[in-house]
Amino acid sequence: MHSLLSRGNAILAYTLSVLACLTFLCFLSTLFVDYRTNSTINTVKVIVKSVPDFSASRERSDLGFLIFDLQANLTHLFNWNVKQLFLYLTAEYSTPNNILSQVVIWDKIILRGENAVLDFKSMNTKYYFWDDGNGLKGNQNVTLTLSWNIIPNAGLLPSIFAIGHHSFQFPSDYVQSRV
Amino acid sequence: MIVSSALMIWKGLMVVTGSESPIVVVLSGSMEPAFHRGDLLFLTNYQDDPIRVGEIVVFKVEGRDIPIVHRVLKLHEKRNGTVKFVTKGDNNSVDDRGLYAPGQQWLTKKDVVGRARGFLPYVGMVTIYMNEYPKFKYAVLVCLGLYVLVHRE
Repeated sequence: MHSLLSRGNAILAYTLSVLACLTFLCFLSTLFVDYRTNSTINTVKVIVKSVPDFSASRERSDLGFLIFDLQANLTHLFNWNVKQLFLYLTAEYSTPNNILSQVVIWDKIILRGENAVLDFKSMNTKYYFWDDGNGLKGNQNVTLTLSWNIIPNAGLLPSIFAIGHHSFQFPSDYVQSRV
Repeated sequence: MIVSSALMIWKGLMVVTGSESPIVVVLSGSMEPAFHRGDLLFLTNYQDDPIRVGEIVVFKVEGRDIPIVHRVLKLHEKRNGTVKFVTKGDNNSVDDRGLYAPGQQWLTKKDVVGRARGFLPYVGMVTIYMNEYPKFKYAVLVCLGLYVLVHRE
């Protein structure tokens, strides 16, 4: 009647259902948390060059360089169902060629337990800011926004925009010399 | 009965989520530390919902059987609504242009299988073990078969 096999089976099945139930409760407990918070972004220096883009079309494209400051305190975003934050800084603009362009110029992974107070001064971008064509020179409205993608232990994967963004314009002349 | 209801659930999920494969198992470590091998992702693929930077997309590349799960790095949208974008794995140091088909520079909407919406850790490990160790799969099948035969009341 109660062989070793059936006892083992019962324990295993019960463990699995309890784990599933707890995971689901963990997911429910953080379903309605508001993950928005403030950020301050500023650009220190902005230049644009015209360089052949060998990573894509090989044609001369606009390549933006910028140095930025970034402040945000994300400590309170962490709760028991946040494993990791994936931060990314997006430059969003529009050109005659493309109605919407979004380029991620910097990103960072913050695991739970790591320092989540960001205070960066004069940071270089992590990725090249290539435009798809020549739409950066003299572009009047490029918006930088910090966003984060929340990676939970189990649950949804929301992407959140920070409150606060920074708009800047590119100079109307290319820089010829090497930077 | 069980097989047909499983099939119906899968097909029903396909209709609800709009994705041809609503649940995928992460097979590589290229998105670590967010996703590890064996984690389960739930996908949707609504056409009205625009693709934006920072989203995790699952896409297929010509000449590769296995779909890739990576994050959108940059994106350009034309006036007529066509979108082209480049992806990158969180754990990779360069973007994915080297992974695409020869000559392919951009992904478009038709390459996308789905967008990651939900995450469940470890559960997919079972399918990975079954695929990597066929003996384990047969052992499980034999055990289940014996169990059914022995315990029929």
